[in-house]
Formats: sequence, structure tokens, C-alpha cells
Amino acid sequence: MNKITLNIDGRELQAKSGQSLLSVARENGIYIPTLCYHPRTKKAGKCRICVVAVEGLPGLQVSCSLAAADGMIVHTYTKKIIETRKMIVELYLASGKHDCPTCEADGECELQDVAKVLGIEKSGFPMSDKGYVTDSSSPMIIRDMNKCIHCYRCIVGCNDLVVNEVIEMGYRGSRMTVVCDLDSPMGDSSCVICGECVQLCPTGALTEKKAAGKESNRDTVKVRTTCPYCGVGCQIFLHVRDNEILKVTGVEAAKPNYGSLCIKGRFGYDFVNSHDRLKSPLVRKDGKLVEVSWDEALDYTAKKLSQIKNDHGPDSIVGIGCARTTNEDNYLMMKLMRGVIGTNNVDHCART
Amino acid sequence: MAGLAATLGAGAMTNSISEIEGCPVIFVIGSNTTEAHPVISYSMKRAVKKGALLIVVDPRKIELTRWATRHFQHNVGSDIALLNAVMREIIKNGHHDTEFIENCTEGFEELKRTVEEYTPEKAAEICGLRPDEIRELALMLGTAEKAGLFYTLGITEHITGTDNVKTCANLQMLLGNVGVESAGVNPLRGQNNVQGACDMGVLPDVYTGYQKASDPAVRKKFEEAWGMEGLPDTDGTKIPAMFDGILNGDVKALYLIGENVVMSEPNQTHTIEALKELGFLIVQDIFMNETAEYADVVLPAACFAEKDGTFTNTERRVQRIRKAVEPPGEARDDWWIIKELSARMGRSMEYGSPVDIWDEIRGLTPSMKGITYERIKDDGLQWPCCGDEDPGTAYLYCGGKFPMGRAKFCPAQWKPPAEVPDDEYPFILTTGRRLWHYHTGTQTRRSAGFEEKFPEELIEINNEDADRLDINNGDYVMAVSRRGKVKVKVWVTDRVLPGVCFMSFHFHEACSNVLTNDVFDPVAGTAEYKACAIKIVKDGQEARGDGR
Repeated sequence: MNKITLNIDGRELQAKSGQSLLSVARENGIYIPTLCYHPRTKKAGKCRICVVAVEGLPGLQVSCSLAAADGMIVHTYTKKIIETRKMIVELYLASGKHDCPTCEADGECELQDVAKVLGIEKSGFPMSDKGYVTDSSSPMIIRDMNKCIHCYRCIVGCNDLVVNEVIEMGYRGSRMTVVCDLDSPMGDSSCVICGECVQLCPTGALTEKKAAGKESNRDTVKVRTTCPYCGVGCQIFLHVRDNEILKVTGVEAAKPNYGSLCIKGRFGYDFVNSHDRLKSPLVRKDGKLVEVSWDEALDYTAKKLSQIKNDHGPDSIVGIGCARTTNEDNYLMMKLMRGVIGTNNVDHCART
Repeated sequence: MAGLAATLGAGAMTNSISEIEGCPVIFVIGSNTTEAHPVISYSMKRAVKKGALLIVVDPRKIELTRWATRHFQHNVGSDIALLNAVMREIIKNGHHDTEFIENCTEGFEELKRTVEEYTPEKAAEICGLRPDEIRELALMLGTAEKAGLFYTLGITEHITGTDNVKTCANLQMLLGNVGVESAGVNPLRGQNNVQGACDMGVLPDVYTGYQKASDPAVRKKFEEAWGMEGLPDTDGTKIPAMFDGILNGDVKALYLIGENVVMSEPNQTHTIEALKELGFLIVQDIFMNETAEYADVVLPAACFAEKDGTFTNTERRVQRIRKAVEPPGEARDDWWIIKELSARMGRSMEYGSPVDIWDEIRGLTPSMKGITYERIKDDGLQWPCCGDEDPGTAYLYCGGKFPMGRAKFCPAQWKPPAEVPDDEYPFILTTGRRLWHYHTGTQTRRSAGFEEKFPEELIEINNEDADRLDINNGDYVMAVSRRGKVKVKVWVTDRVLPGVCFMSFHFHEACSNVLTNDVFDPVAGTAEYKACAIKIVKDGQEARGDGR
């Protein structure tokens, strides 16, 4: 690809021919707000808040969709641009029920972020009520189309990224809205609840049911780890506060899943905090498993194993490791069986 | 994995997940990808959108067939007959890769002789397909620039599992689809760290990185590193033999970490019988599951979110897990429990944290030497990764270089499953997973929302069978095999062919493994979960299948 040179806000910048202005700006740390553009769903050209001025071109240009050209002189921060962006955001804020204090997305809403950056406290236009009933029919996802800004991210995600092909834009004109299948409630639709749409949504139109009311965007720590279900090894963030996992999201721009997850990886986390987790070692006494200390359980187990090894030989002991736990745990299991007990009788369910 | 080790050299996925989108042809056989590996299915479906051909060979009309160019719905357990016939046609059409075969493989003549007798007509009869469908499949694969083959347990969970795998590898070698990007033979591993547990030598015949326990030099290396003498030189027993060993008195103690064998092993009655007979059972787990009920000692373990360490995913990528929350009560890391046990048996193990253990592992494992916690902090590294500068290996056998020098064709003959339908047990039951749950249900059934989508087990029965037997969607029937019976709700569906039923092992109330057959592949020890004969009993009356 040919290298080109252009000027953005007075800086001479190198770019690849064909690269969008938005992309060049972001690579060079120049802030241009976006709502419909997302690195994975790419340009949509819908929200228009990424407008910039290009010398020699009329009006304002949409930077996510305009290719950089050699010699271009671009301005991203002029009075006219800021006024235009403000107008767009105020119209968005008025277009539905964007009442931040009661919204689940409060603290993690891109529309809210842009409004803050632009210094908008309240839309100058009256808030309109689209009158949609909140769709809570899915066991995991809440849809409030009153907060949808028609950015198309969820549609591109569902159709082009995870290719589950459930959601589309339905109806026409002012009634235009995102629908599942032929406008079924999400819970009755063919949705497989991968949650891609929730992760991509820039507002509170799509939120997680299990995190509802937990203020999952406030004071949480994000811990990057690996999904514990199948063998794909999806990279996830656990959103944690006070020793509780509040939600799980996919790590964008990371192999092998690039942010996408399935129902189990995204929503199957609450077993961790289940009330019936094993919390104490147990030893069978008089036919019943009773709680004991670690010392007692380990001493008893070691004594029994040593005795069996002594009486019947090391091969009378067998060990089954675990395809669910870590390499380090499995290595030590192997070392214990071979090195300490003295048998190769070690296996795991490599087959199920 | 034994099948891949014999043909290509390493028991692992040859290629990487990120290469799937570049495959011009994706050949999925015995993998219900959208339900068992949803995120990999996204890549496959994206490839289809870009114009790739997707070929699905599966006895069920699985979800993935919605995106398939062609679905060949063959009979359960007929894979070798089908692929042998396909290879015969490929050779006949001259579509095999003679250069690759000549330069990089051995045993081609023997393969050619073996597949010769599998005419499309003969195979069609075994597979329940038409001869022209087999010719069509051969043409699709033979004329492809290259193709990636993906399989899961539909291939391995048969008494011919190792031969099934070898046959998949034979096909890809014949087409020269090994050692190149966006191709290969790709087993999709079903559990987060099943690849890692294998890599760590939790197998009866190998140490880490598949170093043979029978090799004196390997034992010497580990003896020196561990400061231990006299490491055992005879291969150990696999899980099936362990349970038989309990019943014949050879095995007195079983130490079980994180496996709910009552639910996951075939023929539940046999498993429970063995556990009742066993002298000493240690269960180390996160829940009081069905197996722990039989334990003498239960040790509470920390789960993935409560500890540090590494998992190795299906594409050989070593990835980090990180502690996010504290374990409940007295639950501890598995490695800590093992270390303490070892100390009390007279051998101290000096580790302060998982990274100390990992550094010992990589020091003893040449294929992972270059993989450090520091280097894997973000995207992980794929083995083989032999040194600090080694970027890891996205696809194996680049340029046709195999660990054994040449890849080896291992031709196999088809044979039917151990149990086939007869007058008394007229249906064939095949088993697997569902999207909405995972394995024995200990995690997903404790996570809110999952049971709203799939509250109880369903047995899939074909519309024609249901009509003839006067069974309605939602009726309860008794599914009965020679080993046990379960009461289960009916799902009338054309996902299965007439004569075929499907169940999962997610629900203890109606677990497929009460019915499954505890017969095993003689090499790998894998059970034939995918095929057993059952009958359907309704209202005390036996329903008859068509004996297909």
C-alpha cells in the first residue's frame, strides 16, 4: 500500500493510502468521538459525530468513511465541528429515554461519555418517549429500544461477527427499530444469547439482566483471565467488586476470540459464588462425611495412601487428573503419582 | 490423540483458530461446533460469508448445517467407510497431491490397496448415503485448493476412535492439506485444559511434552530434576482399566481431581458399582457432586477465578488465568493440596506459587522451554516454542517437515459400533453436548438463566418414528439399554434420522451415561459414547423402531 502524507490539526502525519481519516487520527492520538464506529464492526457512517473539516471539500466530512489522501489538510477541532457534534449529541439525548441516573449503562455508556466531553449537561430539546416496552423475555439480556440510537453495531455484530443472524433493523421511518427474527421478543427468538450485541452496544439499550441493579460499572476491577468452559480459550475480563463477579466481557483485540463469547463464557459465571461450594475438607466417619480441619484431612489421607502403598504396592493406587484445572496443578498431580506414590497409573478424561 | 501421533507426530490441532477464516473449504466431521465450540463456529460462519465452502458430515442435522454448502447425514459410526470411499474416488480422479505424498509421506501404496475395496456403492450402503453423494464429496474435497478438517468427539468416541482419527489424517495427507496455513487436521478440544492436562503428562505412558515414561533417559532426567529415584518403568492404566481394576481387587485407592465420573463415564451402574467397592476414594472438587457422595475424603478446591496459573487451549496456546476473587471458606488451590499431601507422605515439594511450578515444567519440556509467564501475559504462546526468541508455532509441520521424518499413512478398515440396533433394542443412541449446558451440569445448572432456556434433558426422536409410535413432543418415555434405563422427555425433531436418538449427559435426572456402552477403543481407551442400542418404552409398552 502506498504511503501518503497529510496534515491533521497542524501535524504532518504519515498514513497508508485508503486508510480512513478516523483511523489515522486515532493512530496518532488525536481524539475524534464516535458512536457507531467500533474497531470490530468498522465504519457504519450513521452517527455522524466523527465529522471533521477538510480543506477544499464542502461542509463537514464523516471521518470514519472518508479515505485519507496525500496532501489533505484536516481540522478536527473547530467551533463549527464542536457545535455540530453538540447538536447531534443533544438530538440523540432527546431521541429516547436517555435518563442516565436510572440507566444500567450509567458509567459505561459511550453516548454519556461523548456528552461529558462536549460539556452537555442536558439536551436542549425535550426528551421524547418512543413508547417501547422493555423486552425482558431473554434470561440474560434486557432490551430497551427507547435507548437505541440506531448505530447498527449490534446488527453487524450478530450478522457479520458471530453470524448468528438473529437481529435486523425492522420497520420504516420513525418506527424503525432493531428486531429479533420477525419482531419476536428476544427470549422467544432464535437468539443463542452469545451477548455480542450487549458488548457492542454504546448505550443502555442492551444490558445484562444478571448485573441489573448491581451497579456493575462502578468501582469494579477488571481481571483478565481465560474462560473455564470449552477448549477455545477465550480471553475474558471478570468484572469484580467485593469478592463477587458482577459480569464477564470478552477481551477486544485479543486472540483467539477478539471479544466474542458464547452464552457459557459470558453468562455462566455465578457458579463461582454458589452457596453450596465445598468450603471445608470432609472425612467419612461412621458412614457420614463430616467437616474436619485441613491438617486432619491431609494427615489422614497421606497416612491411608502410605499404608495402601505399603500393603498393596504403588500400582494399587490410581489417580485421575483434571482437564478443567491448570497445567501447574496437573503437573503436580503427575509428579505426586509418579514420584511420590511410584506408579504410572495416572490419567484424566482426555476423552470426554 | 493416539491417531494423530501415529500419522503426523503430535497429538494436537495442527493449525490455529485464526486460520479458519482463510480456509477455502471447511470440512467438519463429528463436531457439533455451534453448540460445543460456539466461538470457533463464528469463524467458520464468517468464512462461509466470505465464500468458503462448508461441508458438514454428521448423523444429525446440527445447527451448523444452516450455513453448510452441503450436509451429508451419514449413519452413526460409518466414518471410516465414508472417508475410505472418498479417498478411493480422489485417487481415481487423480486429485491426490502426488508431490506431497512422494516427498513427505510413507505408506501410500498400502492406503491405496485398503481404500480400493470401498467403492462408493459399498460405502453408500454402510453410510446410508447415495453413491453419487460420496462422489460429490470426493470431488468437492479433491478440487479444493486446500481444506481444513475439523473434528470433535463424533470421531473419537467410538471403539474405532483411533482408526477414525487416522483416517481423517490419511485424507488430509492424501490431499497435501498438512503443513500449510488454513488447512490441517484439527481436533477441537472439549474442555478448557484438556490439551494442557495431556501436555503435562497426566497420561499413563508419558511425562510432560509427550516424553515417554518407558524411555530410561526420560526417567533419568525427571529423577535428577525431582531428586527422586526409581520412577516406575511400566506403563500405567487408563481410566477404564482403573474401574475394572477396582472391581477385580487390584486397585485399592483412587485420587480424583475435578472429575464427576458417575455422570461422565459410560455405563453409570458399572461406575457406581466400582466406587462402592473401592477401599479409599479421595475427591478434590468445587462442589459436592454425584461422585463425591461415594468419597472417603472430600477436599475443597479453588475454582478458575480464584487462582493463578495457565491453561492450554485447543490450538496449543498456553494462556494465563488470574486470581480475581477469594475461594470460599477453606477451599484451596489444587497445587497447594497436592504439595501438602506430598509433604505428609515424606516428600517435600518447594513451590511458593504457580510460576515456580511452571518454570520447573518448562525446564523439563523442550517444546515449552520458551514459554514464560512474562511472555504469555497477553495473547499466550503456542507450543512448540523452544527458546526465548521463538515466537511459537501457529501451524505444525510447515513445509512438510514431520517429527518422524515422514508422515505415515495408517489405513484402517471400517467396522460397525460394538452395539448395533436389533429387534429388541431397535434405536441407535448417540450422545453429546448442548449449547445451554456444560458437561455434568455442575456449573451451568448453578448459573442463573440457563435452565430457563433448557430446563431438563430431552431425547431427540425423529418425526417418523414418533408418528409411528404415537409419541408426542413433550411426552415422557423410558429410554432403555442393556445397561440401564432413564425416564426422559421427548423432543420430536428431524435433527435425527429415523432410527436414531440423541441425548446429553448434562442432567443427573436423565443422564445418557446410564445407557451408554462401556466398550473402548483398544488404543486410546476412549469409550463408545456415540453409539449404543436402546429401545423406547412408552406407558409400559415397548415402542418399536424400524431397525434401520
